[in-house]
Amino acid sequence: MSLRIVNARLIDPASGRDAMGEVLIEKGRIAALDADARAARPERTLDAAGRVVAPGLVDVAARLREPGEEYKATLESEMDAAVAGGVTSLACPPDTDPPLDEPGLVDMLRRRARALARARLYPVGALTVKLQGETLTEMAELAESGCVAFSQANVPLQDTQMLWRALQYARSFGFAVWLRPAEPWLSRGGVAHDGEIATRLGLPGIPSFAETIAICAILEIMRATGTRVHLCRLSSEAGVAMVRAAKREGLPVSCDVGVHHLHLCDVDIGYFDSQCRLDPPLRSQRDREALSAGVADGTIDCVCSDHTPVDDDAKHQPFSEAAPGATGLELLLPLMLRWGALHKRPLAQTLARITCDPARILGVRSGRIEIGAPGDLVMFDPEAPVRLTRDGLKSQGKNTPFLGYELPGRVDATVVAGKVVYERE
Amino acid sequence: MQRNPQLNRNGELQHLLSIDGLPREVIERVLATADSFIGVTEREVKKVPLLRGKSVFNLFFEPSTRTRTTFEIAAKRLSADVINLNIAVSSQSKGESLLDTVANLSAMQADIFVVRHGSSGAPYLIARHVKPHEHVINAGDGRHAHPTQGLLDLYTLRHYKKDFTQLTVAIVGDVLHSRVARSLIHGLTTLGTPEVRVIGPQTLIPAGVEALGVHVYGDMREGLKDCDAVVMLRLQNERMRGALLPSAQEFFKHYGLTAEKLAVAKPDVIVMHPGPMNRGVEIDSSVADGPHSVILPQVTFGIAVRMAVMSMVAGVSA
Repeated sequence: MSLRIVNARLIDPASGRDAMGEVLIEKGRIAALDADARAARPERTLDAAGRVVAPGLVDVAARLREPGEEYKATLESEMDAAVAGGVTSLACPPDTDPPLDEPGLVDMLRRRARALARARLYPVGALTVKLQGETLTEMAELAESGCVAFSQANVPLQDTQMLWRALQYARSFGFAVWLRPAEPWLSRGGVAHDGEIATRLGLPGIPSFAETIAICAILEIMRATGTRVHLCRLSSEAGVAMVRAAKREGLPVSCDVGVHHLHLCDVDIGYFDSQCRLDPPLRSQRDREALSAGVADGTIDCVCSDHTPVDDDAKHQPFSEAAPGATGLELLLPLMLRWGALHKRPLAQTLARITCDPARILGVRSGRIEIGAPGDLVMFDPEAPVRLTRDGLKSQGKNTPFLGYELPGRVDATVVAGKVVYERE
Repeated sequence: MQRNPQLNRNGELQHLLSIDGLPREVIERVLATADSFIGVTEREVKKVPLLRGKSVFNLFFEPSTRTRTTFEIAAKRLSADVINLNIAVSSQSKGESLLDTVANLSAMQADIFVVRHGSSGAPYLIARHVKPHEHVINAGDGRHAHPTQGLLDLYTLRHYKKDFTQLTVAIVGDVLHSRVARSLIHGLTTLGTPEVRVIGPQTLIPAGVEALGVHVYGDMREGLKDCDAVVMLRLQNERMRGALLPSAQEFFKHYGLTAEKLAVAKPDVIVMHPGPMNRGVEIDSSVADGPHSVILPQVTFGIAVRMAVMSMVAGVSA
């Protein structure tokens, strides 16, 4: 099977290319560009008619809710959502039911994903058995079955001795550990950023230092063990500053932010809007600006959807009782385009944070348009507005603070390994 | 940002959810309407027919005797039919969702829901889902708001002190968990009170409370100096010993209201408490029963204020 896309505004964030051109995919990989692609005789040709063709998006955090929580979402519905959003590679955290702590589970999940033949799935294995923080998982076995990293998802380790041992063990094999920096005692019971808004609304708060104390502990242990650590979902200004300093020091640390946190802050909770109940919590406007600056200067390596399908029964509750999380796979591109426009960033630089940068964190060759790279592409119109509606969303998770909004960026086609896996009707 | 859900398009009270965001005129109108009901509560036949034929559902998701009773009395004096539902021990414990409970009761033709709930913001969720002719009155939600208590506190202050723009008011104790404190703070700042103080150990003062327009005092004697009114907050039993406080004794020694501490306030200071009181923990009996105490009149005023709120949301006040 070979596919050629012509008349494309071809953007490769890795090289900074943003120019009209052609791309040819053969045997699942990018085989030729521009003049060389024009000379080929492919089985299918897609006319981009001036629209943007970029590497398919890479999302380092998307919950698919399988196994165990199929009432919230299924692999099928969420993989549909992924490709409808232009996401061609995604990493899923291990907080399923049961958690991804055994090779058999990982194997089955990957097999199911391959059979669906949509986005590529990269499972993140559990760092400890059942995420309980007591026993290490068989990381080497899990890596063989396809886990790209190890994590506690949103269940932070309480025991710093355990954290130390886990980082030591992972280091022996060269595995990366992905950690949500949240000091469990300080986070306990909190549902909103500890500040003026939480005080006004009478919501139990989580102080910013719940994040920085955890980062501090992780960085100290990294200095001793040399383990590669990816910090997940930064939320505070002080957290960004700590990572910036750690990178300057040369520590092997990277980090991401959820795309909602680039647009919203605690003020948006308004009159107890449970759509804004997220984990980590939305913090102050100042924190949001610092996160934005971190994404712009590269302190924050990549932006993810933190896709979390939540069913209506769990969401339509008083704020404190509502399940945290928002649907995100289909919002990642539009919200990044909106962010790029607000901050007047060149499109290639904006796209880097959701293509080649997260691919580097995953350690895969996706996310770039170069000869030999996986043939994963997204074709979209960056200007065309899309109104976000419940019916329009493919994901089974219909809850997001942006419901009803009009956002820029309509995905017209998504290609994985040279196969068109999504085409707008 | 959503529209203030408490007011209808004409700026009139549709629901009473919080004092935060209530315009000054609405608060003043509640106080003036309550004035007209004070007479009713003192008559031999304590009834007016304003809510005749209307149904008031007391929806208490959290146990309460006192507040529920005062709402019941207020509704009955307005000639409404009152249905008390103690949901803490019924459908919710059987797993029914909050919105299902409300939808069911709404099908029984309610006019006013008086809601108490343990979670901050729960009455907002209910208000978003009731029919246009149904009204929600917040009778206390989590740590967020207890607006009728706040309004009756304002009524009491106005009764004894007249002019809010000359007052210094101190609120003492567990501000962190107190919906009463938050409601009163918003009411006082809206009415132009120049000096509102909160007094307590830092463990019981919420983050960023200064942004609500108050001054924080750790030392009670300093905080009480020259006050016109002191509002004592109830300290819950389970919070007297633990990470927030070492003991009830130490709390009383430093933050309990005694005649000796009160002496630094103005000579005509009034002492208020939302009840129920813990004598010997936040307040000494000699003060609670002493000449400065207006704790019992507060209860009486509370009925008139709740009558005013119910008649105003129902759109039947004079």
